[in-house]
Amino acid sequence: MVMSSENSVGVVAAQRVRFAAPLLLKSGAQLPGFELVFETYGTLNAEHSNAVLVCHALSGSHHIAGHYADDPENVGWWDNLVGPGKPLDTRKFFVVGVNNLGGCYGSTGPLSVNPETGRRYGADFPMVTVEDWVAAQARLADHLGIATWAAVVGGSLGGMQALAWSLQFPERIRHALVIASAPKLSAQNIAFNEVARQAIVSDPDFHGGHYAENGVIPTRGLRLARMVGHITYLSDSQMGEKFGRQLRHGEHKFSYDVDFEVESYLRHQGDKFARFFDANTYLMMTKALDYFDPAYAYDGNLAAALARAKASFFVASFSTDWRFAPARSREIVFALLHNRLHVAYAEIECDAGHDSFLLDDPHYHALLRAYLENIAV
Amino acid sequence: MTEHERRVKAEQRERFDFAVIAGWIPPGERVLDLGCGDGRLLRYLSETRDVSGYGVEIDGDSVLGCIRNGVDVIQMDIECGLSGFEDKSFDHVIISQALQTMHATEGILNEMLRVADEAVVSFPNFAYRTNRAAIAAGRMPVSEDLPYDWFDTPNVRFFTIADFEDLCARLGIHVRERLTFDEAGREVSEDPNLNGSLAFYRLGRGS
Repeated sequence: MVMSSENSVGVVAAQRVRFAAPLLLKSGAQLPGFELVFETYGTLNAEHSNAVLVCHALSGSHHIAGHYADDPENVGWWDNLVGPGKPLDTRKFFVVGVNNLGGCYGSTGPLSVNPETGRRYGADFPMVTVEDWVAAQARLADHLGIATWAAVVGGSLGGMQALAWSLQFPERIRHALVIASAPKLSAQNIAFNEVARQAIVSDPDFHGGHYAENGVIPTRGLRLARMVGHITYLSDSQMGEKFGRQLRHGEHKFSYDVDFEVESYLRHQGDKFARFFDANTYLMMTKALDYFDPAYAYDGNLAAALARAKASFFVASFSTDWRFAPARSREIVFALLHNRLHVAYAEIECDAGHDSFLLDDPHYHALLRAYLENIAV
Repeated sequence: MTEHERRVKAEQRERFDFAVIAGWIPPGERVLDLGCGDGRLLRYLSETRDVSGYGVEIDGDSVLGCIRNGVDVIQMDIECGLSGFEDKSFDHVIISQALQTMHATEGILNEMLRVADEAVVSFPNFAYRTNRAAIAAGRMPVSEDLPYDWFDTPNVRFFTIADFEDLCARLGIHVRERLTFDEAGREVSEDPNLNGSLAFYRLGRGS
């Protein structure tokens, strides 16, 4: 096996594009034009038939692969997948990563200045949905001259975007790779999101979402939100293996400081996240997750909702993922089957819970490689 | 026999199995293949019969094989039934030499005739002449169609043509057609339970 450093896409640079036409959002609100930041890897072929869109999940960005010249430590979040000779092979495909609308990595979002007020949007940024992201991504596709994606790929919330692409633009997507995802959130999923949101909005530094104007950041809330989220990304067994009941100081301290290693880990993850992620974006992302439900307009009938899809699908789930368990992927699979669409469904044995989709488990990557190799460009 | 010869022979044998099954599948049908392995039967059927179909397979490496072969596949354990598959959503459901590797024989047969109009089943006949001879000599049979040693066989149900037909009768499953072949691939007409090494069935609810 080739090491990832040997077949990296190397130094990359983000690009930015402005769309002047207003975008009507699913909520009924309208954005008066917007900007998206994105990165591309590989070369768009003459037929423009080899483009692959990679959609990010809750905390991801447009920076999927490679690193920046001035920040070599900042490696893309799916670098193990994307590169020359990697499963999503940049010698074959032209890969596009985009920071979604409402994001906090440079695309128009709550941190941007509202042209109507001259101040940052903050809490006034309109609520955007998975469908709105797809609509914005379609404008980026137009800008890049991509009439049809060879594939749209995503894990978790990213997988929902791939599914939404197949419904919103059935003619513009040939393959959808929906990984560790679900056709809608369960009550338990929404409940976890609500705990995360309440952690943020109840932080005294939140100021109704206008914390930036007050020169503060609701760090404590963001930190808690990430901690609770992180628990749902890992499996019980993996947490047990990684931390067990290991003690920080080798003995019980009978205090509320860090006693157990798992506490230290969660605090570290929370601190790290709160330093760079925007609280309003986090709130909005979790709401986008909650609202996603293509079957909602079809009386809950997912098969009816998917009737318009034309793409071929690769669906994968992970055995220890309890956030979006394999049964959730099977719902998608059987709705596709009802519509007689092509689908390959793999249920992958992996110990790492929901986050498995980001790892380079050999069997998982072999499946992706095999599927992507068979896509004609 | 060299490894190469063995492989060629296995491939010939497999092609023969496929051809028998394909003979029962009208062109353009919708087919479900249970225990589909790496999807080569489905690929054969799509190439020769223009069928559209899905495979069902539990083994991860076989699922990878299906994807490499460009065959639609669903990774799941059919021992737990076929829930998710809608009633009569396929023209044919096939289980090719895999029924003997599963415990839930009755459940699987019933489920097959729930999701498809007709089932095609093939299995090695445990009562085939050479198998009987092996048992009579005090040894578990190893043959063309039962190629495993007793200690590493994937088979968990050992049954004969007579046994299978009894079970079908008990489950109200109608045998629409049966073909049996000896180890050389010759069709058997006389006393198939003794002379047939491999049995193929078309099954349905009612004739």
